[in-house]
Amino acid sequence: MRLLSRAGKSLSRTAIQALPVVLGIVVLNFLLLQLVPGDAADVIAGESGSATAETMAALRKQFGLDQPVLIQLANYLDHLAHLSLGFSPRYNTPVGDLIMSRLPFTLLLMLSAFVLSLVVGIAFGAFMAAFARRWPDRALSLFVLILYSAPGFWVGLMIIVLFSVKLGWLPSGGAMTVGADLTGLARMGDLLTHLVLPSISLACFFTAVYARLTRSAMLEVERQDFVRAAEAKGLGPFAIQMRHVLRNALIPVTTVAGLHLGNLLGGAIVVETVFGWPGMGRLALDAVMARDFNVLLGVLLLSSFVVIVANVLIDLLHAWLDPRIESV
Amino acid sequence: MSTNMTSLPVTLLAVPAAKNGRLSAFLRQPTFVAGLLILGVVMTLACVADLLYPGDPQDLVGPPLLWPFQKTEFQLGTDSLGRDIAAGLVHGARVSLIIGFSAASIGLLIGTLVGAVGGYFGGLADNVLVRVTELFQTVPAFLLVVVIVAIGEPSLKVIALAIGIASWPTIARLVRAQFRSLREQDFVMAARSLGYSDTRIIFVEILPNALPPVVVTASVMVAGAILTETGLSFLNMGDPNVVSWGSMIGDGREMLRTAWFLTALPGTATALTVLALNLIGDGLNEIFNPRMRER
Amino acid sequence: MTAPNSAMPPSTRTPGSILRSQGPLLDVRNLSVAFPGHLAVRDISFHIDHGETLALVGESGCGKSATSFALMRLLPRGTAVAGEVNFNGIDLFRTDARALRNIRGKRIGLILQEPMTSLNPVRTIGDQIAEGLVRHEKLTWTQARTRTAELLDLVRIPDAARRYDDYPHNMSGGMRQRVMIAMAVSCNPQLVIADEPTTALDVTLQSEVLELLDSLRRQLQMALLLITHDLGVVAQWADRVAVMYAGRIVEQAAAHDLFERPVHPYSQGLMRATLRLDDGTHYSNARLSEIPGSVASAAGEQGCAFAPRCSQATEACYHAPPALVPFRDRLVACRVAVEPSEEPFRAVVGR
Repeated sequence: MRLLSRAGKSLSRTAIQALPVVLGIVVLNFLLLQLVPGDAADVIAGESGSATAETMAALRKQFGLDQPVLIQLANYLDHLAHLSLGFSPRYNTPVGDLIMSRLPFTLLLMLSAFVLSLVVGIAFGAFMAAFARRWPDRALSLFVLILYSAPGFWVGLMIIVLFSVKLGWLPSGGAMTVGADLTGLARMGDLLTHLVLPSISLACFFTAVYARLTRSAMLEVERQDFVRAAEAKGLGPFAIQMRHVLRNALIPVTTVAGLHLGNLLGGAIVVETVFGWPGMGRLALDAVMARDFNVLLGVLLLSSFVVIVANVLIDLLHAWLDPRIESV
Repeated sequence: MSTNMTSLPVTLLAVPAAKNGRLSAFLRQPTFVAGLLILGVVMTLACVADLLYPGDPQDLVGPPLLWPFQKTEFQLGTDSLGRDIAAGLVHGARVSLIIGFSAASIGLLIGTLVGAVGGYFGGLADNVLVRVTELFQTVPAFLLVVVIVAIGEPSLKVIALAIGIASWPTIARLVRAQFRSLREQDFVMAARSLGYSDTRIIFVEILPNALPPVVVTASVMVAGAILTETGLSFLNMGDPNVVSWGSMIGDGREMLRTAWFLTALPGTATALTVLALNLIGDGLNEIFNPRMRER
Repeated sequence: MTAPNSAMPPSTRTPGSILRSQGPLLDVRNLSVAFPGHLAVRDISFHIDHGETLALVGESGCGKSATSFALMRLLPRGTAVAGEVNFNGIDLFRTDARALRNIRGKRIGLILQEPMTSLNPVRTIGDQIAEGLVRHEKLTWTQARTRTAELLDLVRIPDAARRYDDYPHNMSGGMRQRVMIAMAVSCNPQLVIADEPTTALDVTLQSEVLELLDSLRRQLQMALLLITHDLGVVAQWADRVAVMYAGRIVEQAAAHDLFERPVHPYSQGLMRATLRLDDGTHYSNARLSEIPGSVASAAGEQGCAFAPRCSQATEACYHAPPALVPFRDRLVACRVAVEPSEEPFRAVVGR
């Protein structure tokens, strides 16, 4: 009940707050992208090799690139109001279709990396806190700090060398085995084996973030009076950690987890490139190279949208963890 | 959480001297010292890069694909084109450090200004600035860097600027929170009653007091900037005129199956440098927030 | 360091105590507690009998809270302790962690000072009381729920049956402290340690909570160790009093005797510094006296810790700390007071 009403409140508040943000993002990005030297017509013409002034003008006219910036912006917003993200000159398809074909892969990657990093990070953090300042803590802390410091995509390359090249356990790239033409469960399994390495690669850094945060939050909570009260009740260390410390410590962890969702998406761009994962990140990168601004705008808009929705979920998680929120 | 059991006579429960200077507090932390040492070595190598490996590290100087220690002339081997890896690493250190420090400075500058103004004045200005901060936090930072670099040109200056622009919101939030709590304190009231200008109060009175957590975050920002630059040049969007660790990883990726050391070495260099910065950040944090030392 | 108490037969150590058939419930001998850089408790000894209330009184920082946490081994890691704490014949300092956990919450209950922070904010108060019952009384959670409602009723929380699912933030400070009391007495402990149980509460609530605590003590036949800085509380609720100063017990006596005639100069000062509401004095027409100076730095001092603030201090006071020795109907640690001096003893403050 409480969560349900919370969900409603959170959604409506987010909608009110998010709308101007999304609009701001659109306008800002649109104007920003106008500053990029060159446009799609240049690239297409450059690639085809026959760049007469007439064909260029025709191309620009076709994509509406010849109009003043403000008109272009108005057109774009008009499209948006009709739930259309416009047309990609480069791929010759509606941007919406293009993104929708990539979005599930990015969401899958992000979600698995997010869950992996949260679970492993919290477990690591709880372990370090339990052994605070003794050698198991110091050893794991160093390992976590290395994860925190190494570029995730590089870790990805290194685990390709280990698990794919040397051991041959897992595929090194792509989202499914080319030409295998699997169906049902087999297809699912194939997808999952392809997902393992990219997820680990993307999760590394965030695992370290959550582990460090969980450790310090748990040590902070352990100093609270109610933990002493729990000890005075005769509870064992495990019960104290699970019932009293961890749940309180998770509150700051989920807050930070929410803040990092944007970064997770940013990290996905590079990781998708490393593993040839057909997600939005690579689409965005290709769009920058091809000066395909409609696609880029669409990706930016949708990733902001993903971040906002994810934050609503985090908000709900928060309300579930912390009963005090309701009364605020 | 159990109590240390000692049955020593009380006289033996010596009370250790609690007095120590700031500097010795810094130096008594082995991890902090280790961070300083590593960073010191990397900085020194970056400074003397031209002396150690004169000439352009992009020059083809030897046979291709030499493994490390295979030839004394090329201690760390050569890449697929015959470029000296060691020379690339040393010159790459320079790029990473320049980008790291200048991008972090830009981010610090913007973030501090935005946070200070919003936190100090409150009201409408604060509202607007908070919204702008949120806006920047909603766009994935790395994507923003990619876009800005595409707008400008892939030069070190633009890259540093782009990373700075994408990274200021964290600092702005931090500084704003500091200013909001500090502006109510007595010393600020006193400064106001003396008729000091807002500018003076912000920069002379409040800012020095708001700095400790910012200093801690600064080292993490340098680390983040280095990681971002590495990712960027790995994607071939870095400055094409210089060798950077990211571009070396990108080049090595082609030979990953056979010559994985081409990828491993520059990645290790990046990880080590970033590790040093994080060790320093942790050390600073421990010193500025001594509460964490109690348990 | 000297330890006069342990050398004495138990019967002579506690003049003025109530009669008892068995040994004391809790017997603390030569307890010392050292935090890093600070010796908080220095070689103190005292005991508590079945069913009695002992008050540990002193200014903040005198080591009384450290004492109470040391008894249950709840001090933070890195704290060194020495001495012996016998509870029903079990040495709490030498028993293993598991046996200790069977005593904590079951035989000894603890009430903390700050009801706002002593309850876990993200769990219902009912669960927090019930988990002790589940742990010690081997109840199921359903049984524990019923028992918890009874306990809430016992501590006079209105509408007790419905409060189980409330969170701490739904409750006022006074209510939370009642929850803490319910938690402490849930398993019928033989001893409850209350560390400044009313300091954080409104004055109007203080006597209510103490009255509740005292009636529960009688009802459940528990002993109570009451840690407080409030002499008014001591006078009203304690059977015996130990006055602490700078980590040492300086005077120990039956509550009535102490208030009648404080012997140690520090106790005398405390009495004088306490405003008595009942005799009509008011700070506006009678000067509230205070003890000059502040609690001496615990480190490095050689003689009596109170000497620098004491008007009667002699040269000898600065050389070695005075031992806690029997004097008339009590124990006192003061050279000047126990010396058969030329001046006859006179009470400085009367009732």
